[in-house]
Amino acid sequence: MDSALIPKGVKRCPLWQFALFIGAVSAVLGWGVYAMLLCWFKGLNQTNMNDYYGFALWIWADLAVIAIGGGAFFTGLLKYIFGKDDLKNIINYAVLIGFICYSSALLILAIDIGQPLRGWFIFWHANVHSMLTEVAFCLTCYFGVLTIEYIPLILENRQIDRVPFFHHLSHNMHEIMAVFAATGAFLSFFHQGSLGGVAGVLFGRPFAFREGLLVWPWTFFLFTWSAAACGPCFTILVTKITEAVTRKKLVKDNAIELLAKISGWMILTYIIAKTIDTWYWAKVLAPSKGLTMMDFYSNNPLYGIWILITEIVICGFVPAFILITKKGRKNSLALWIAVTLAVVGVCLNRWVMVLQVLAIPVMTFDIWAMYFPSWQEIATTILPVAYGIILIALSYRYLPVFPNEAELNPLEPLPVEDQEPSELLGDQERELIPAEA
Amino acid sequence: MFPFNFEWIWDMSHVVFMGGLWYALNILGIGMTYCIVKAILDASKGKDNHNH
Amino acid sequence: MGKEQKGPKTKRFGMVIDLDKCTGCGSCMVACMAENNVPFRKDESNKFLSLTWLRIYKLTNGKPFPDTDICYLPRPCMHCEGHGGHSPCVSVCPAVATDYSDETGIVSQIYTRCFGCRYCMASCPYHARYFNWWDPVWPDGMEKYLSPNVSPRMRGVVEKCSFCYHRYQLAKERIFIEGRSEVEEDEYQTSCAQACPARAITFGDLNNPKHAVYKKKKSPNGFRLLERLGTNPKIYYVSSREWVRRAGDNYLKGEGKLKESVQHG
Repeated sequence: MDSALIPKGVKRCPLWQFALFIGAVSAVLGWGVYAMLLCWFKGLNQTNMNDYYGFALWIWADLAVIAIGGGAFFTGLLKYIFGKDDLKNIINYAVLIGFICYSSALLILAIDIGQPLRGWFIFWHANVHSMLTEVAFCLTCYFGVLTIEYIPLILENRQIDRVPFFHHLSHNMHEIMAVFAATGAFLSFFHQGSLGGVAGVLFGRPFAFREGLLVWPWTFFLFTWSAAACGPCFTILVTKITEAVTRKKLVKDNAIELLAKISGWMILTYIIAKTIDTWYWAKVLAPSKGLTMMDFYSNNPLYGIWILITEIVICGFVPAFILITKKGRKNSLALWIAVTLAVVGVCLNRWVMVLQVLAIPVMTFDIWAMYFPSWQEIATTILPVAYGIILIALSYRYLPVFPNEAELNPLEPLPVEDQEPSELLGDQERELIPAEA
Repeated sequence: MFPFNFEWIWDMSHVVFMGGLWYALNILGIGMTYCIVKAILDASKGKDNHNH
Repeated sequence: MGKEQKGPKTKRFGMVIDLDKCTGCGSCMVACMAENNVPFRKDESNKFLSLTWLRIYKLTNGKPFPDTDICYLPRPCMHCEGHGGHSPCVSVCPAVATDYSDETGIVSQIYTRCFGCRYCMASCPYHARYFNWWDPVWPDGMEKYLSPNVSPRMRGVVEKCSFCYHRYQLAKERIFIEGRSEVEEDEYQTSCAQACPARAITFGDLNNPKHAVYKKKKSPNGFRLLERLGTNPKIYYVSSREWVRRAGDNYLKGEGKLKESVQHG
């Protein structure tokens, strides 16, 4: 029924099956939307946040999706600025994933503020000394860049492309995409960094506070570096998941391997810098405030030293060493493990830099504060996941997201009488039919 | 955000921060305007570029 | 953010709290809530959700009887000066909803400007900032007893101790009408300082030699909370007990033997 919208030379599942899938994910989305509306209409008393946990699950989710969405800017930088042309086969998907991540982050931020109708104050009454202001400005602008990068993909839909204006618009945007990508990289450097700065400038919180360069604490640079390092891993991970779900090879190995290799070296250099930062903090900075490193990792039910070892060794050095070796990149299982660990590692880092910062007592007579999110917080955090799945499914079905798909999955010619566009995400159909038939 | 906001001070912080912001916004705005205007002109001329 | 505060004309309002005198009676807390229209709920058992601009902590030295000792420590907002007015919370607020006054040294909160991002709460190591998780609901008839000089806060914004700033404004109005230039010490006092039956709280201009706090802050038994972080608070505490003074900050083992013995009560 919707075959006219499906890209040429690829197969997709029947519409009813697609609708069923979208319907199931939409149910989860609806649950999240309901929780979101509860938060907007009844206020943040719907959450389990409190005066010790002013920042909680949502801010972590924000930091995490922005970090793993960093694949968009870094892949764009590599392709358009550094001329890594092999990445053209994955850049569309990186942009789509980035678009989902950043739109989700903005949505979560809109739920997270106590007075959502005053959200524009952050722009209008901007305090240029606040890291959060820098985050808001750069994040919003970069979302604009991602939208600009995503639009040509939408315009390449078979039917939209027939309209001359849209066709030319898409062409023109492609022509100057390097300018947009460079602007995106500039903005990303600052918003990824300023998210690190959000914690790093808190000189009242010795767990988070770091010295730095000019107005930026070291966490500023560590956050940018880690997002550039681990963001591409998330792009690879989602590509691999999509390939597993669709049971198709969608991106050529050379693109994946190049991205994995660059990511591996980025993770290695990042984790070395992170180790040095941790060592300096533990040996010099924290003691200067009268605290030992173990003060931050003991006398509580959750935050033990295991969290630091997991972040740096298991989710840092291990994926780095897998990805920098040719054997590791070429081994499918090892690649899966490495990109998963890298994504977990960067998410864990963001958790620590938000939640553990607030859990730790600073006054000697204060207590460790523990927190578990309410169902409304969980639902609104799952909401973007459902939204992301839907947007990926729609984009995959109707837009030429993977330029190599048709080449990697050639269609078999079929008898004329059987021609009906009916392929599914999971390739369950026996017949392979050209979609435009 | 704007010099007419009462928080605005003509100091280095505001010039650097807001300068960066408006610089980025201008690139995006001019870039998109260029693409749209050129697309209108190309479409009206019936130009064909099915090669990207 | 302003410049370093020096000179007699610049005021630095602050407090000296004598912990040897504090009995933990809570009068200061009650006075503060009544004066500043601080809302409360029927169930206030979860202290992580209670709005207490001034909160009293109970400290113990952790020793068994007969050596056990306790101390009550009232904790208002510290009105941190940091370095040059760079207090932890003011610099982080993205919408300039909180400000450090160069004129008074008071950290203000603009409720109608705050949009509830709670970054300031995350930045404050004293937990002196509170979020309005609910809209205020007053028991029937109580709204008639609210202070007309302090605006009640709506749901979704952060609030905190203002050193009863409205009283300073009223005092300034009075001296203007009377043609005077200086607010005298007794003309501007916070409600907690006035309510304390033990006179443990002394309030005044830390820069003014005529004010009691000027001399008291120099007590050899004086200390401030978490000074080592560089917050430069304007609340000074005085205690003759060493373990209490030690409890005011974090120390490494060699630096302070009594650190481990302090427990939250």
